[in-house]
Amino acid sequence: MDISYYLYLSAILFTIGAVGVVIRRNAIVMFMCIELMLNAANLAFVTFARINGNLEGQMVAFFTMVVAACEVVVGLAIIVMIYRSRRSASVDDASLLRR
Amino acid sequence: MNQLAFEVGQTATPEAVQFYILAPIAVLAALGILVVKKAVHAALLMAWIMITLAIFYIANGAAFLGVVQVVVYTGAVMMLFLFILMLVGVDSSDSLKENLRGVRPIAITASVGIALLLVSLISRASLGRDAAGIEVMNNYGNVEGIASLLFTKYVWAFEFISALLITAAVGAMVLAHSQKSADAQKSQRVKSLARFRGESLGTAAGLPGSGVFARHNAVDVPALLPDGTPSELSVSKTLKARGDVIDGGKYALDQLPQANEADKDFEGR
Repeated sequence: MDISYYLYLSAILFTIGAVGVVIRRNAIVMFMCIELMLNAANLAFVTFARINGNLEGQMVAFFTMVVAACEVVVGLAIIVMIYRSRRSASVDDASLLRR
Repeated sequence: MNQLAFEVGQTATPEAVQFYILAPIAVLAALGILVVKKAVHAALLMAWIMITLAIFYIANGAAFLGVVQVVVYTGAVMMLFLFILMLVGVDSSDSLKENLRGVRPIAITASVGIALLLVSLISRASLGRDAAGIEVMNNYGNVEGIASLLFTKYVWAFEFISALLITAAVGAMVLAHSQKSADAQKSQRVKSLARFRGESLGTAAGLPGSGVFARHNAVDVPALLPDGTPSELSVSKTLKARGDVIDGGKYALDQLPQANEADKDFEGR
Protein backbone atom coordinates (compact mmCIF):
# COMPACT_ATOMS: atom_id res chain seq x y z
CA MET A 1 0.00 0.00 0.00
CA ASP A 2 1.23 3.44 -0.87
CA ILE A 3 1.51 5.95 1.96
CA SER A 4 -0.36 8.47 -0.17
CA TYR A 5 -3.53 6.42 0.35
CA TYR A 6 -3.81 8.21 3.68
CA LEU A 7 -3.91 11.46 1.75
CA TYR A 8 -6.77 10.18 -0.41
CA LEU A 9 -8.68 9.18 2.71
CA SER A 10 -8.02 12.62 4.16
CA ALA A 11 -9.29 14.33 0.99
CA ILE A 12 -12.46 12.23 0.97
CA LEU A 13 -13.20 12.83 4.65
CA PHE A 14 -12.61 16.56 4.17
CA THR A 15 -15.06 16.66 1.27
CA ILE A 16 -17.71 14.75 3.20
CA GLY A 17 -17.29 17.18 6.09
CA ALA A 18 -17.74 20.12 3.73
CA VAL A 19 -20.93 18.61 2.32
CA GLY A 20 -22.22 18.03 5.83
CA VAL A 21 -21.72 21.69 6.77
CA VAL A 22 -23.78 22.71 3.74
CA ILE A 23 -26.65 20.23 3.86
CA ARG A 24 -27.23 19.61 7.58
CA ARG A 25 -29.39 22.20 9.32
CA ASN A 26 -28.75 21.32 12.95
CA ALA A 27 -26.05 23.64 14.27
CA ILE A 28 -24.49 20.91 16.43
CA VAL A 29 -24.22 18.46 13.53
CA MET A 30 -22.72 21.25 11.42
CA PHE A 31 -20.10 21.70 14.12
CA MET A 32 -19.35 17.99 14.04
CA CYS A 33 -18.80 18.22 10.30
CA ILE A 34 -16.36 21.09 10.84
CA GLU A 35 -14.53 18.86 13.32
CA LEU A 36 -14.45 16.15 10.66
CA MET A 37 -12.79 18.58 8.22
CA LEU A 38 -10.20 19.58 10.83
CA ASN A 39 -9.50 15.93 11.58
CA ALA A 40 -9.06 15.13 7.91
CA ALA A 41 -6.54 17.96 7.61
CA ASN A 42 -4.73 16.57 10.65
CA LEU A 43 -4.45 13.17 9.00
CA ALA A 44 -2.86 14.82 5.98
CA PHE A 45 -0.38 16.67 8.24
CA VAL A 46 0.59 13.48 10.04
CA THR A 47 1.06 11.65 6.74
CA PHE A 48 3.21 14.44 5.38
CA ALA A 49 5.30 14.34 8.54
CA ARG A 50 5.99 10.68 7.81
CA ILE A 51 6.74 11.39 4.15
CA ASN A 52 9.13 14.22 4.98
CA GLY A 53 10.74 12.46 7.91
CA ASN A 54 10.42 15.29 10.40
CA LEU A 55 8.00 16.16 13.15
CA GLU A 56 6.91 19.58 11.94
CA GLY A 57 3.71 18.18 10.46
CA GLN A 58 2.84 16.60 13.77
CA MET A 59 3.45 19.93 15.49
CA VAL A 60 0.95 21.63 13.17
CA ALA A 61 -1.56 18.84 13.78
CA PHE A 62 -1.08 19.31 17.51
CA PHE A 63 -1.75 23.04 17.27
CA THR A 64 -4.77 22.35 15.07
CA MET A 65 -6.19 20.11 17.79
CA VAL A 66 -5.85 22.84 20.40
CA VAL A 67 -7.46 25.43 18.15
CA ALA A 68 -10.25 22.98 17.34
CA ALA A 69 -10.87 22.47 21.05
CA CYS A 70 -11.13 26.26 21.54
CA GLU A 71 -13.45 26.52 18.57
CA VAL A 72 -15.74 23.82 19.92
CA VAL A 73 -15.92 25.42 23.36
CA VAL A 74 -16.83 28.87 22.05
CA GLY A 75 -19.08 27.54 19.28
CA LEU A 76 -21.10 25.35 21.60
CA ALA A 77 -21.47 28.26 24.03
CA ILE A 78 -22.88 30.33 21.17
CA ILE A 79 -25.25 27.49 20.24
CA VAL A 80 -26.47 27.29 23.84
CA MET A 81 -27.02 31.06 23.82
CA ILE A 82 -28.99 30.94 20.57
CA TYR A 83 -30.99 28.03 21.89
CA ARG A 84 -31.87 29.97 25.03
CA SER A 85 -33.24 32.90 23.10
CA ARG A 86 -34.84 31.06 20.14
CA ARG A 87 -35.62 27.59 21.55
CA SER A 88 -34.11 25.90 18.52
CA ALA A 89 -30.74 24.60 17.41
CA SER A 90 -31.62 24.79 13.74
CA VAL A 91 -29.65 27.33 11.76
CA ASP A 92 -32.70 28.05 9.61
CA ASP A 93 -34.49 29.57 12.58
CA ALA A 94 -31.72 32.09 13.23
CA SER A 95 -32.66 34.30 10.30
CA LEU A 96 -33.35 37.65 11.93
CA LEU A 97 -31.41 39.56 9.28
CA ARG A 98 -33.51 38.17 6.45
CA ARG A 99 -36.83 39.31 7.78
CA MET B 1 2.60 -1.58 -6.41
CA ASN B 2 1.49 1.20 -8.68
CA GLN B 3 2.94 4.23 -10.36
CA LEU B 4 1.43 6.93 -8.18
CA ALA B 5 3.45 10.04 -8.46
CA PHE B 6 4.53 10.05 -4.82
CA GLU B 7 7.64 8.00 -4.44
CA VAL B 8 6.74 7.71 -0.82
CA GLY B 9 7.59 4.12 -0.28
CA GLN B 10 5.23 1.40 0.75
CA THR B 11 3.70 0.47 4.05
CA ALA B 12 4.14 -2.93 5.60
CA THR B 13 1.42 -5.48 4.94
CA PRO B 14 -0.22 -5.37 8.39
CA GLU B 15 -0.61 -1.63 8.12
CA ALA B 16 -2.10 -2.01 4.65
CA VAL B 17 -4.60 -4.58 5.91
CA GLN B 18 -5.52 -2.29 8.78
CA PHE B 19 -6.01 0.59 6.36
CA TYR B 20 -8.12 -1.43 3.94
CA ILE B 21 -10.39 -2.51 6.78
CA LEU B 22 -10.67 0.74 8.74
CA ALA B 23 -10.64 3.36 5.98
CA PRO B 24 -13.83 2.19 4.21
CA ILE B 25 -15.62 1.96 7.57
CA ALA B 26 -14.49 5.51 8.41
CA VAL B 27 -15.77 6.79 5.06
CA LEU B 28 -19.08 4.97 5.59
CA ALA B 29 -19.39 6.49 9.06
CA ALA B 30 -18.68 9.94 7.61
CA LEU B 31 -21.38 9.41 4.98
CA GLY B 32 -23.65 8.26 7.79
CA ILE B 33 -23.29 11.66 9.47
CA LEU B 34 -24.81 13.20 6.36
CA VAL B 35 -27.93 11.04 6.46
CA VAL B 36 -28.73 10.03 10.04
CA LYS B 37 -31.72 11.78 11.49
CA LYS B 38 -30.72 12.08 15.14
CA ALA B 39 -27.83 14.24 16.25
CA VAL B 40 -26.84 11.67 18.89
CA HIS B 41 -26.25 9.07 16.19
CA ALA B 42 -24.15 11.57 14.26
CA ALA B 43 -22.09 12.13 17.44
CA LEU B 44 -21.48 8.40 17.84
CA LEU B 45 -20.41 8.04 14.19
CA MET B 46 -18.12 11.02 14.68
CA ALA B 47 -16.55 9.37 17.74
CA TRP B 48 -15.92 6.25 15.68
CA ILE B 49 -14.20 8.26 12.94
CA MET B 50 -12.01 9.99 15.51
CA ILE B 51 -10.93 6.68 17.06
CA THR B 52 -10.14 5.36 13.57
CA LEU B 53 -8.04 8.43 12.89
CA ALA B 54 -6.22 7.92 16.19
CA ILE B 55 -5.32 4.41 15.03
CA PHE B 56 -4.07 5.84 11.73
CA TYR B 57 -1.96 8.41 13.59
CA ILE B 58 -0.31 5.69 15.61
CA ALA B 59 0.24 3.65 12.44
CA ASN B 60 1.90 6.73 10.95
CA GLY B 61 4.38 6.90 13.81
CA ALA B 62 2.58 9.66 15.66
CA ALA B 63 2.04 7.84 18.94
CA PHE B 64 1.74 11.05 20.94
CA LEU B 65 -0.85 12.54 18.60
CA GLY B 66 -2.79 9.28 18.56
CA VAL B 67 -3.13 9.30 22.33
CA VAL B 68 -3.93 13.02 22.35
CA GLN B 69 -6.57 12.40 19.70
CA VAL B 70 -8.30 9.84 21.89
CA VAL B 71 -8.01 11.92 25.05
CA VAL B 72 -8.90 15.32 23.59
CA TYR B 73 -11.29 14.47 20.78
CA THR B 74 -13.11 11.31 21.72
CA GLY B 75 -12.77 12.10 25.40
CA ALA B 76 -13.33 15.81 25.81
CA VAL B 77 -14.74 17.24 22.59
CA MET B 78 -17.28 14.51 21.85
CA MET B 79 -18.30 14.46 25.51
CA LEU B 80 -18.90 18.20 25.25
CA PHE B 81 -20.93 17.66 22.08
CA LEU B 82 -23.11 15.03 23.76
CA PHE B 83 -23.47 17.23 26.84
CA ILE B 84 -24.72 20.15 24.73
CA LEU B 85 -26.99 17.79 22.78
CA MET B 86 -28.62 16.73 26.03
CA LEU B 87 -28.81 20.33 27.22
CA VAL B 88 -30.34 21.65 24.02
CA GLY B 89 -32.70 18.72 23.92
CA VAL B 90 -32.61 15.56 21.91
CA ASP B 91 -36.15 16.30 20.81
CA SER B 92 -35.13 19.45 18.95
CA SER B 93 -36.46 18.40 15.59
CA ASP B 94 -33.55 17.97 13.24
CA SER B 95 -35.36 18.05 9.95
CA LEU B 96 -33.53 16.76 6.94
CA LYS B 97 -35.77 18.71 4.60
CA GLU B 98 -34.04 21.53 2.82
CA ASN B 99 -35.27 25.04 3.34
CA LEU B 100 -33.17 26.53 0.60
CA ARG B 101 -34.27 24.81 -2.55
CA GLY B 102 -31.61 23.13 -4.62
CA VAL B 103 -28.85 23.32 -2.03
CA ARG B 104 -28.47 19.57 -1.78
CA PRO B 105 -27.89 18.75 -5.48
CA ILE B 106 -25.53 21.69 -5.80
CA ALA B 107 -23.62 20.66 -2.68
CA ILE B 108 -23.29 17.06 -3.80
CA THR B 109 -22.20 18.00 -7.32
CA ALA B 110 -19.67 20.50 -6.03
CA SER B 111 -18.34 18.04 -3.46
CA VAL B 112 -17.82 15.33 -6.08
CA GLY B 113 -15.90 17.94 -8.07
CA ILE B 114 -13.78 18.91 -5.08
CA ALA B 115 -13.09 15.27 -4.23
CA LEU B 116 -12.00 14.51 -7.79
CA LEU B 117 -9.86 17.64 -7.83
CA LEU B 118 -8.12 16.76 -4.57
CA VAL B 119 -7.60 13.13 -5.51
CA SER B 120 -6.21 13.95 -8.93
CA LEU B 121 -4.00 16.61 -7.35
CA ILE B 122 -2.59 14.13 -4.86
CA SER B 123 -2.05 11.49 -7.51
CA ARG B 124 -0.18 13.95 -9.75
CA ALA B 125 1.95 15.52 -7.04
CA SER B 126 5.54 14.44 -6.86
CA LEU B 127 7.99 14.77 -4.05
CA GLY B 128 10.98 14.27 -6.30
CA ARG B 129 12.69 12.05 -3.77
CA ASP B 130 11.99 9.01 -1.67
CA ALA B 131 9.85 9.26 1.42
CA ALA B 132 11.85 9.46 4.61
CA GLY B 133 9.63 7.22 6.71
CA ILE B 134 8.93 6.70 10.37
CA GLU B 135 12.46 5.72 11.43
CA VAL B 136 13.98 8.99 10.27
CA MET B 137 11.11 11.00 11.69
CA ASN B 138 11.21 9.38 15.12
CA ASN B 139 14.98 9.21 15.26
CA TYR B 140 15.08 10.64 18.78
CA GLY B 141 11.75 9.21 19.83
CA ASN B 142 8.33 10.58 19.04
CA VAL B 143 7.48 12.27 22.34
CA GLU B 144 11.04 13.52 22.86
CA GLY B 145 11.16 14.92 19.33
CA ILE B 146 7.84 16.72 19.73
CA ALA B 147 8.90 18.06 23.12
CA SER B 148 12.18 19.43 21.78
CA LEU B 149 10.36 21.15 18.90
CA LEU B 150 7.57 22.43 21.10
CA PHE B 151 9.85 24.03 23.66
CA THR B 152 12.43 25.47 21.29
CA LYS B 153 11.29 26.36 17.81
CA TYR B 154 7.58 26.59 18.51
CA VAL B 155 7.69 27.93 22.04
CA TRP B 156 6.04 31.20 21.02
CA ALA B 157 3.22 29.41 19.22
CA PHE B 158 2.86 27.24 22.30
CA GLU B 159 2.52 30.27 24.56
CA PHE B 160 0.05 31.95 22.24
CA ILE B 161 -2.04 28.84 22.04
CA SER B 162 -2.20 28.58 25.82
CA ALA B 163 -3.40 32.20 25.91
CA LEU B 164 -5.99 31.26 23.27
CA LEU B 165 -7.21 28.33 25.36
CA ILE B 166 -7.65 30.48 28.45
CA THR B 167 -9.42 33.16 26.43
CA ALA B 168 -11.75 30.57 24.92
CA ALA B 169 -12.57 29.12 28.32
CA VAL B 170 -13.34 32.54 29.78
CA GLY B 171 -15.29 33.51 26.67
CA ALA B 172 -17.39 30.38 26.84
CA MET B 173 -18.13 31.03 30.50
CA VAL B 174 -19.22 34.59 29.73
CA LEU B 175 -21.33 33.50 26.77
CA ALA B 176 -23.06 30.60 28.45
CA HIS B 177 -23.65 32.36 31.75
CA SER B 178 -27.24 33.42 32.09
CA GLN B 179 -28.91 35.87 34.41
CA LYS B 180 -31.42 34.22 36.68
CA SER B 181 -34.85 34.55 35.22
CA ALA B 182 -37.24 36.96 36.91
CA ASP B 183 -39.36 34.01 38.00
CA ALA B 184 -36.51 32.42 39.91
CA GLN B 185 -35.83 35.63 41.83
CA LYS B 186 -39.37 35.90 43.24
CA SER B 187 -39.67 35.28 46.92
CA GLN B 188 -41.70 32.46 48.34
CA ARG B 189 -44.33 34.91 49.58
CA VAL B 190 -44.83 36.44 46.14
CA LYS B 191 -45.08 33.01 44.55
CA SER B 192 -47.61 31.79 47.08
CA LEU B 193 -49.79 34.90 46.59
CA ALA B 194 -49.64 34.44 42.84
CA ARG B 195 -50.75 30.84 43.22
CA PHE B 196 -53.83 31.57 45.32
CA ARG B 197 -54.88 34.80 43.62
CA GLY B 198 -54.29 33.48 40.12
CA GLU B 199 -56.96 32.53 37.62
CA SER B 200 -57.72 29.09 38.97
CA LEU B 201 -57.37 27.38 42.31
CA GLY B 202 -56.93 24.02 40.58
CA THR B 203 -53.21 23.88 41.12
CA ALA B 204 -53.03 26.09 44.20
CA ALA B 205 -51.86 23.19 46.32
CA GLY B 206 -49.23 22.22 43.78
CA LEU B 207 -49.37 19.88 40.82
CA PRO B 208 -50.96 16.47 41.40
CA GLY B 209 -48.79 13.80 42.98
CA SER B 210 -48.96 10.07 42.36
CA GLY B 211 -52.32 9.78 44.12
CA VAL B 212 -53.89 7.29 46.49
CA PHE B 213 -54.74 4.77 43.78
CA ALA B 214 -51.43 5.07 42.00
CA ARG B 215 -49.77 1.82 41.11
CA HIS B 216 -46.72 3.60 39.75
CA ASN B 217 -44.93 6.69 40.97
CA ALA B 218 -42.42 6.92 38.15
CA VAL B 219 -42.01 10.35 36.56
CA ASP B 220 -43.19 9.14 33.17
CA VAL B 221 -46.54 7.77 34.43
CA PRO B 222 -49.31 10.35 34.82
CA ALA B 223 -50.70 10.73 38.32
CA LEU B 224 -54.20 9.51 39.21
CA LEU B 225 -56.67 12.13 40.35
CA PRO B 226 -59.10 11.30 43.19
CA ASP B 227 -61.71 10.22 40.64
CA GLY B 228 -59.27 7.72 39.18
CA THR B 229 -58.49 9.45 35.91
CA PRO B 230 -54.90 10.12 34.91
CA SER B 231 -53.76 13.75 35.05
CA GLU B 232 -51.64 15.00 32.18
CA LEU B 233 -50.53 17.98 34.29
CA SER B 234 -48.30 15.79 36.43
CA VAL B 235 -45.89 14.82 33.64
CA SER B 236 -42.98 17.05 32.68
CA LYS B 237 -43.30 18.85 29.35
CA THR B 238 -39.88 17.66 28.30
CA LEU B 239 -40.87 14.01 28.66
CA LYS B 240 -44.02 14.69 26.65
CA ALA B 241 -42.05 16.34 23.87
CA ARG B 242 -39.73 13.37 23.71
CA GLY B 243 -42.65 10.98 23.63
CA ASP B 244 -41.38 9.14 26.68
CA VAL B 245 -44.70 9.21 28.58
CA ILE B 246 -46.29 5.88 29.43
CA ASP B 247 -50.02 5.73 28.73
CA GLY B 248 -51.70 6.46 32.07
CA GLY B 249 -55.00 4.83 31.06
CA LYS B 250 -53.55 1.43 31.86
CA TYR B 251 -53.19 2.41 35.49
CA ALA B 252 -56.51 4.26 35.81
CA LEU B 253 -58.91 3.31 38.60
CA ASP B 254 -61.39 1.43 36.43
CA GLN B 255 -58.60 -0.82 35.26
CA LEU B 256 -57.76 -1.76 38.83
CA PRO B 257 -59.77 -5.07 39.06
CA GLN B 258 -58.04 -6.47 35.98
CA ALA B 259 -54.71 -5.31 37.32
CA ASN B 260 -55.39 -7.07 40.62
CA GLU B 261 -56.23 -10.26 38.75
CA ALA B 262 -52.99 -9.97 36.84
CA ASP B 263 -51.09 -9.47 40.09
CA LYS B 264 -52.73 -12.55 41.61
CA ASP B 265 -51.80 -14.61 38.57
CA PHE B 266 -48.29 -13.37 38.96
CA GLU B 267 -48.17 -14.25 42.66
CA GLY B 268 -49.63 -17.69 42.01
CA ARG B 269 -46.78 -18.62 39.75
